[in-house]
Amino acid sequence: MRFFGEKGVQHLLRLVAFSALFGLLLIAIFIFQEGLPIILKLGLKHFLFAVHWEPQSGQFGIFPMLIASLWVTFGAMIVGAPLGIAGAIFLVEFVPRSVMRIIKPIIELLAGIPSVVFGFIGVMVLAPFIREHFGGSGLSILSASIILGTMILPTVMSISIDSIMAVPYSYREGSFALGATRWQTVHMVVLKAARSGIIASIILGMGRAIGETMAVIMIAGNAVKIPHSVLDSVRTLTANIALEMGYATGMHRQALFATGVILFVVIMILNSIANVLIKAKVSPKK
Amino acid sequence: MKQKLLYIFGIPLTIALFFVLGCGKRKTSITLAGSTAFQPFAEKLAEQYMATHPEVNITVQGGGSALGIQSALSGTADIGMADLVHLPPEAKALHATVVAKDGISVIVHPNNSVNNLTLDQVRDIFNGIIRNWKEVGGIDHSITVVSREAGSGTRSSFEEIVGNIHLTEDAIVQDSNGTIRETVANDPYAIGYISHGMINERVKAVRINEIPCTVEEILKGRYILVRPIFFLTQTEPKGEIAQFIEYILSEEGQNTIQTSGLIPVK
Repeated sequence: MRFFGEKGVQHLLRLVAFSALFGLLLIAIFIFQEGLPIILKLGLKHFLFAVHWEPQSGQFGIFPMLIASLWVTFGAMIVGAPLGIAGAIFLVEFVPRSVMRIIKPIIELLAGIPSVVFGFIGVMVLAPFIREHFGGSGLSILSASIILGTMILPTVMSISIDSIMAVPYSYREGSFALGATRWQTVHMVVLKAARSGIIASIILGMGRAIGETMAVIMIAGNAVKIPHSVLDSVRTLTANIALEMGYATGMHRQALFATGVILFVVIMILNSIANVLIKAKVSPKK
Repeated sequence: MKQKLLYIFGIPLTIALFFVLGCGKRKTSITLAGSTAFQPFAEKLAEQYMATHPEVNITVQGGGSALGIQSALSGTADIGMADLVHLPPEAKALHATVVAKDGISVIVHPNNSVNNLTLDQVRDIFNGIIRNWKEVGGIDHSITVVSREAGSGTRSSFEEIVGNIHLTEDAIVQDSNGTIRETVANDPYAIGYISHGMINERVKAVRINEIPCTVEEILKGRYILVRPIFFLTQTEPKGEIAQFIEYILSEEGQNTIQTSGLIPVK
């Protein structure tokens, strides 16, 4: 392949490598260009904290959706994080490596299930169950949290597994030598050493939960209101964009892009925190 | 070297040739977009039409009536479908043809003991004033109101005919006729509204002011929740598009519309 030459190939690869970055840049420019004018016009504070979203009468306040997104994400954390971390500890510390090598890929397979399938299971199985046993319509924060918690489980678990495995074995040997039991070693030494990786896994999971759209549209009920209990139906930021984008025009369309700007910023912040934490090496301090 | 050059230029050339030849058949394509209420029926009609007219390729997309109007205006669809009582001002520039009429059924779960609601009760339920089934003769349980999203033609027609609706903020919002039906079919305490043609055994349509939502009652003009279905085109329909619309308005097309549960215009 002397046709291209060494330099040619190098430039070609560089171009391809930068295309992803270029794509991200274009998306960012586009979203901000479409969404910023209305934020500047209404004022960031008004846009974020006004409680009425009535596009027909020109009221654009995303506060109910913001609260909904936070509730649902927080709920997903409560469901997904403990399960994920506990699962990771169990697989790394209490199960032979050969068993873990079988179970871990199975859990990672969970990440490959399309979100619409999760939503479908939520609507058909979880929502009726919650309606019968807890009340409300079943399409609620609670059901959305459980479904999202399950969806982020693979993310939390596999990153936690990696960070726990990265803790040098000498740490554990040292702890055992001091007479600590296995559980004492795990929660006093291993978890502390793997702390940054575990927190990063939770934050990445949070990013997924905030950004998830399809499953949430199907199961959260999409009512625009500030929820009073976990059995209330809510509409998240992502669901709002997806539901209304199809027919929005003018100010309404801009307001949806502005919602996208807010989401973009939140997820960027979360991912940056996670990146910093993942890069932070396993620290020897307690 | 020469062989490799052949590969480098030969493969894209073959692919390009493939596309060019593909276009050579000159299939006319018609795109429809809009109303999710009419979408399944448009698909059925398109299928029938394509069976006898293999040279035409018809694509049917949903998206809601507002999208139907927009895509007809912008030209992204050849025909925009809208099911509204009155077309909004921006659609005045478009050429509108009424191809069918459709009743809006107020639906509940089949196990619900309520069989009749007055129009005022429907209004109060959707406004959140009546919040319990026992207030309208049902069991003592709160009502789950299910509505469409704001751009829906079914919703705007429903709200316009019932009148004075300011939807309760507790209402669950679903984005198509099908998902409303599934939500109501899964929740014994839910109430929603969908296109009459979408009713199946999993949900029950209630009578409005003692009049059942049936084709006969709609044709007689006694059932009031009815809206026309418009086909919107940028100009007077021409060529293949005109032929397709003619087919829908023909006896065969209107028969299909009636057997599917919609109301023919002729």
